[in-house]
Amino acid sequence: MASLFATCREVGSDNGSVAIVDLSGRISLGEGSALLRKTVRDLLDAGQTRILLNLGDVNYIDSSGIGELVSGFTAVRNRSGELKLLNLTKKVNDLLQLTKLFTVFDVYSDEGTAIRSFR
Amino acid sequence: MTPQAKHLEVILDTHVESVNLAEEMCLRVAEAVGFSEDECYRIGMSVREGVINAFHYGNQEKPDKKIHLAVDLTKETMTIHVMDEGKGFRLEDVPDPLAEENLLSTSGRGIFLMRTFMDQFNVVPGRTGGAEIIMVKKIPPSSNGNHGSPESNATPKQEA
Repeated sequence: MASLFATCREVGSDNGSVAIVDLSGRISLGEGSALLRKTVRDLLDAGQTRILLNLGDVNYIDSSGIGELVSGFTAVRNRSGELKLLNLTKKVNDLLQLTKLFTVFDVYSDEGTAIRSFR
Repeated sequence: MTPQAKHLEVILDTHVESVNLAEEMCLRVAEAVGFSEDECYRIGMSVREGVINAFHYGNQEKPDKKIHLAVDLTKETMTIHVMDEGKGFRLEDVPDPLAEENLLSTSGRGIFLMRTFMDQFNVVPGRTGGAEIIMVKKIPPSSNGNHGSPESNATPKQEA
């Protein structure tokens, strides 16, 4: 089963930079969840507290992956930052709806709009 | 067991890779039976969550303990059993992940997903001493009797 791949890029906005993490593959128990955790922690350690996770190529998330998304959201919020989601696939969208996490995360389908939404 | 019924059982190590192995095995059975792509996804996810539960909560990631996975096929249903060697648990003690106070919990959604994705779901004391998760999916009528694949004919216990 394909693992998870993550690449980070930084874009400027009116209110400072936003780190966009392009993710592809599966966010599931094991390597996928661990990579997501490390990516968010590395960004926080580098002082970046405005993070946009692009899930456009994430085709699978299990409960462990959902937990890692929530963990990242909380960790960023605890540093007075924001973690938002971009480009959900149907399966991921459905899972976030089912688990009521749509009410927790800010979710966007347009990168520009998402970037401008950061405070 | 009826003449058409089939039984597959494997014993898995308490290891992260067992989660993928169990999912793949059940997906192959579900595909062979004729479940749709969406239903296969739901079955695969449920097996995954059941084995994660056994791996993490039941066996507490102890390598000396085993995870027992069994699949029973009849003309009407695919039933999946996941047994651990832990202390067992009661469904009524599992917090509701949709409750406002639990939304930001980083765990506890596996049981909810299994309940949502399968037609029947229950947890009983297992013969292995721990919990036994039992999940049932009804086989679409158009697929009935399509049990003849090599995957679903496997019967011996296998040590993974």
